[in-house]
Amino acid sequence: MTTSLSDTRSLSETARPSRFGILRHSVVLAQRSLAKTSRNPGPIMNGIITPALFMVLFLYLFGRPVAGTTAEYLQYLFPGILVMGAGLAGMISTGSAINLDLKNGVTDRFRSLPISRTAPLLGSVLADILRYLIAVAVLFGIGALLGFRIQGSALAALGAAGLAIMFGFCLSWLMVFIGVLVKSADAVLSFSFIAFLPLQLGSSLAAPIDTLPGWLHAWADINPVTHVMNACRALLNGTPDNGSIGLTLLWSAILFVVFCPLAVRAYGRQE
Amino acid sequence: MIVGDLGFEVDGLIKRFGRTTAVDGVSLAAPHGQVLGLLGPNGAGKTTVIRVLATLLHPDAGQVRVAGIDVRQDPARVRRRIALSGQHTSVDDELSGRSNLVMIGRLLDLGRPDARRRAGELLSRFGLDDAADRPVATYSGGMRRRLDLAASLVGRPEVVFLDEPSVGLDPGKRDELWQMIRGLAQDGVTVLLTTQYLEEADALADAITVINHGRVIASGTPADLKREVGGHTIVLRPSDLSDLDPAAAIVARVAGREPDRSRRQELIVPVAGDAEFFEITAQLRGHGIDVSELAFRLPSLDEVFLSLTGAPTADAKDAV
Ligand SMILES: Nc1ncnc2c1ncn2[C@@H]1O[C@H](COP(=O)(O)OP(=O)(O)OP(=O)(O)O)[C@@H](O)[C@H]1O
Ligand SMILES: [Mg+2]
Repeated sequence: MTTSLSDTRSLSETARPSRFGILRHSVVLAQRSLAKTSRNPGPIMNGIITPALFMVLFLYLFGRPVAGTTAEYLQYLFPGILVMGAGLAGMISTGSAINLDLKNGVTDRFRSLPISRTAPLLGSVLADILRYLIAVAVLFGIGALLGFRIQGSALAALGAAGLAIMFGFCLSWLMVFIGVLVKSADAVLSFSFIAFLPLQLGSSLAAPIDTLPGWLHAWADINPVTHVMNACRALLNGTPDNGSIGLTLLWSAILFVVFCPLAVRAYGRQE
Repeated sequence: MIVGDLGFEVDGLIKRFGRTTAVDGVSLAAPHGQVLGLLGPNGAGKTTVIRVLATLLHPDAGQVRVAGIDVRQDPARVRRRIALSGQHTSVDDELSGRSNLVMIGRLLDLGRPDARRRAGELLSRFGLDDAADRPVATYSGGMRRRLDLAASLVGRPEVVFLDEPSVGLDPGKRDELWQMIRGLAQDGVTVLLTTQYLEEADALADAITVINHGRVIASGTPADLKREVGGHTIVLRPSDLSDLDPAAAIVARVAGREPDRSRRQELIVPVAGDAEFFEITAQLRGHGIDVSELAFRLPSLDEVFLSLTGAPTADAKDAV
């Protein structure tokens, strides 16, 4: 029968053996996520435009009062903007994309396929890494146009970009977890917006935390984003600071170790 | 390769969500290569049964086997044999029809060339050649449904679960879909199809199971079921309301039961076959009664429920 929709050869006979299946499937699903991004680049644009706008706004609002000259202030401001960009790239897209898949039945199809139940999550997060790279590269470009100069070594600059991306990646597992739990994609988006303000702005982004009023100072001091920004700032300005690098690594590890398993479990759970 | 000759088999399935018992002791089965229609109103538990069979939900009690494999013991092996097409189409809007199918092929461990070949085959089989490389967002409802069905067939499944496949299709597109589902059965695929329409179950299924509130209330071949619920229904509306009583008398005499007059200007009565219909038409003519509406049709789901349970569906009650 030439028109047969489903001839008698079963899948296992035509398919390749499934070694490293989960990795291969995750890569296929990451390609899906990236293809969707390229057709609908809204979220990633958002993750670049928002920090770029903050950069320009803060630069001309606070540049002179805080640092005397805008050039000097940019050296302070830019590393924080970089961290914001990497954080946003993951916060905006991952959680709501996963939530959308769950709600419109795509996840049901994936779960009824003979693939690991973790592969869709892993694929989405893998695709995010590329999105972080793009966001960070574009922000470096904009920073350079505005006059930002890397003072440290090339290695230190790569290290700063790496720290920002790693922290964004670990933070995105929190959003994945929320994306799996919450009822609607809108709710995910409002959560990331609410979390954005204290996390990204209640930090050392605009000015050293010593200059902040008491309550804000107390918050900014425990806010992990402050330490990531401090670490990147020190690296990019040629004054590496092991303390803040250590805190960044520690916080990243904590976020990852707590939220990755939680998200994977909530996602794979059968009722 | 099939263990036993049943495509799937559900025995005494119970599934609870918190306090609601969505499925309360359902048993059903289909021999290899047959189409089973699962008929029921909103909230009857159709989707829940399908999701348990497709290994998306754990059963709370009961035996569930697909292609001879227990879904609790070896869900991964079950997933190699089945495909699911959910109540809402689950294809990616941003991707083209072809990319959707190629992606599924690659997730099923086909190499890239094989996945592309299989996608091409299915696209032409489902009449989507012209639209193959357009984003799915530009597809009509019927095209999406066909693509969704094609996506379920990439892995050449032995058992296919279709949850209300014809929802949102116009009659022409629905007929096309029915053709495709019949084609599946001809190729030896076992199909479980849920629907709210007796007409659809009648057109496609070798056997029908009717459920309500998570329980089976009838099962058998379409012919059995129609015998039980009276086969067809006649709906009659006289042009002149004063003819309602004489018309009701004629209908009662021919059909052998009193017509339902709950809709005031209409008479509704179940009959065994078209002989009664022609007899009623002739007698109306003989008595000079004009009609503004006269229909001979399969009973609606509400009417099926009325005759099976003596109570209307929850929806029909709400509507009153
Ligand atoms: N995840 C869930 N949590 C809680 N209750 C649920 C869940 N899924 C289904 N139910 C309940 O179980 C019952 C059966 O639902 P199900 O979706 O199986 O019905 P259905 O026959 O598919 O209905 P429809 O025709 O509307 O699709 C309903 O009362 C529903 O509210
Ligand atoms: Mg349903």
